[in-house]
Amino acid sequence: MDPSPATPAAPDRAPPADGDEALIRMVGVHKSFGKKQVLRGLDLSVRRGETFVILGPSGTGKSCLLKLLVGLLEPDAGEVWVGKQRVDHAHQRVLWEVRGRIGYLFQSSALINWLTVAENVGLPLAEHTRLRPHEIDRRVDEYLAKVHMLQSKYQMPAELSGGQKRRVALARVLAGAPTIILYDEPTAGLDPVMTANIAALIRSVQREFGVTSILVTHDLPCAWEAGDRVAFVDGGKVVHCDTTEKFQHTDHPAVRNFLSGGRSAGSGAPR
Amino acid sequence: MIRFFSFLGRTLEDAVRGTGQSVELLLVASLHVKDAWKRRRFLLEQLYTCGIRPLPVVLVVALFTGMILALQTGIELDRFGAKDRIASIIGLGLCREMGPFMTALILTASVGSGIAAEIGTMKVSEEIDALEIMSIRPESFLVMPRLVAMAIATPVLTFVTDVVGVLGGCLVSATRLRIAPEQYLKHVVESLSQDLTYGGLPKDLYTGLAKAFVFGVIIAVIGSSAGLRASGGAIGVGRATRSAVIQSFVLIIVVGYYLTSLFYT
Repeated sequence: MDPSPATPAAPDRAPPADGDEALIRMVGVHKSFGKKQVLRGLDLSVRRGETFVILGPSGTGKSCLLKLLVGLLEPDAGEVWVGKQRVDHAHQRVLWEVRGRIGYLFQSSALINWLTVAENVGLPLAEHTRLRPHEIDRRVDEYLAKVHMLQSKYQMPAELSGGQKRRVALARVLAGAPTIILYDEPTAGLDPVMTANIAALIRSVQREFGVTSILVTHDLPCAWEAGDRVAFVDGGKVVHCDTTEKFQHTDHPAVRNFLSGGRSAGSGAPR
Repeated sequence: MIRFFSFLGRTLEDAVRGTGQSVELLLVASLHVKDAWKRRRFLLEQLYTCGIRPLPVVLVVALFTGMILALQTGIELDRFGAKDRIASIIGLGLCREMGPFMTALILTASVGSGIAAEIGTMKVSEEIDALEIMSIRPESFLVMPRLVAMAIATPVLTFVTDVVGVLGGCLVSATRLRIAPEQYLKHVVESLSQDLTYGGLPKDLYTGLAKAFVFGVIIAVIGSSAGLRASGGAIGVGRATRSAVIQSFVLIIVVGYYLTSLFYT
């Protein structure tokens, strides 16, 4: 179904009609940084409850796309919808509300350095609930156990490895009870075993909590393990999108070139 | 020529934007002072960072400033047979101007630069973005505790500077100028008691502490604002820190002048 054709930006703020129960939609999104045009009319639609993988060469705006979804960046043109709320150029109050439903796993993990692992994971609970400290502590244990990091509860982020930090960050995301999780290169810089662990974790979180996920990655095994559908972004647009299985066997030249690491004969120009 | 004007324009634009952001940050962070009890742990940590950690430096600088002031001024006054005035000069000079000014400069260098570097590092490592996505306002979580801590710590440290500076002056007066410590301290108290206001508080002391309060707010806000605007990795953090120190120094001097003219004219 994707990429759906770009539609002109609606003058009102009513959500675009969609028959696929799309929870997240981006319509004709353009984004530039100075003279560099990163997104050029990108269209995207993510269904409720699925894990949607975004693949693509570096510098094609994949992480930028995630930041547009949470209002950390504003598009130059186009629409960004999360559920029935339009996120682009939205009022701060709308953004707080939308962000309350979204968890974001940063490539850098973005753990607060001067808080312990337990304090990091308990932060959303301490800030947004009236739970007593012992109840927060119990829930922190629960989420840390889910990501197999309970033993590091009292450690500082600086004492953890890259993979451990990602798992703690995922526990923090889960503590916020999101309905949507955005993963920005969750396996970047990790060894194959840790990559497989993270991919399995993403899959198990999706199954257990029924969340809708967008996974931006370069890591193909992780994409195949975790994803329900995969989109390929190139030149600032989604150039191909299909179910994970069909995507792996597509004949699309740019995708084949990417999947074969630039060794595919007759494929798109190597980067 | 066009490049020069373009550079000038960009610099001016940055300065105006930076000032606007700092004022906005001050207002928003002030509105979140109501969260102080909720964030009491961070507040206490910041009070330690802003008020206790710089104490050794403050003590040394204050002591030697009082001693230098006594030595330089006392020798000259002694030539005119007016060395008894030394206590008044040191007491008033420290409480009115030098105490708050020196304390603010020490805190700018030690705490203000630290605030800019800490928040700047959090900014470039996406920790601020993570807070925003968790619907936690950095103005409340990061800036407010630093603002409150600096607003409390700067006047307290200024008072310490005043006292230690006066004692430093006393030391030199006793050993080099042969003024009895009791007489020196009596003169200090007398000169400060000439203008009593608001429940018997010496005006020279409370205007100095009021200045220190304003300087504390300036250091916290400028440091936080520079940190929140940092971008471009370690170089960006370094730039933010440098800019925070320079801006704070300049603002402290300029605002100090206007506060003095407000209090004494």
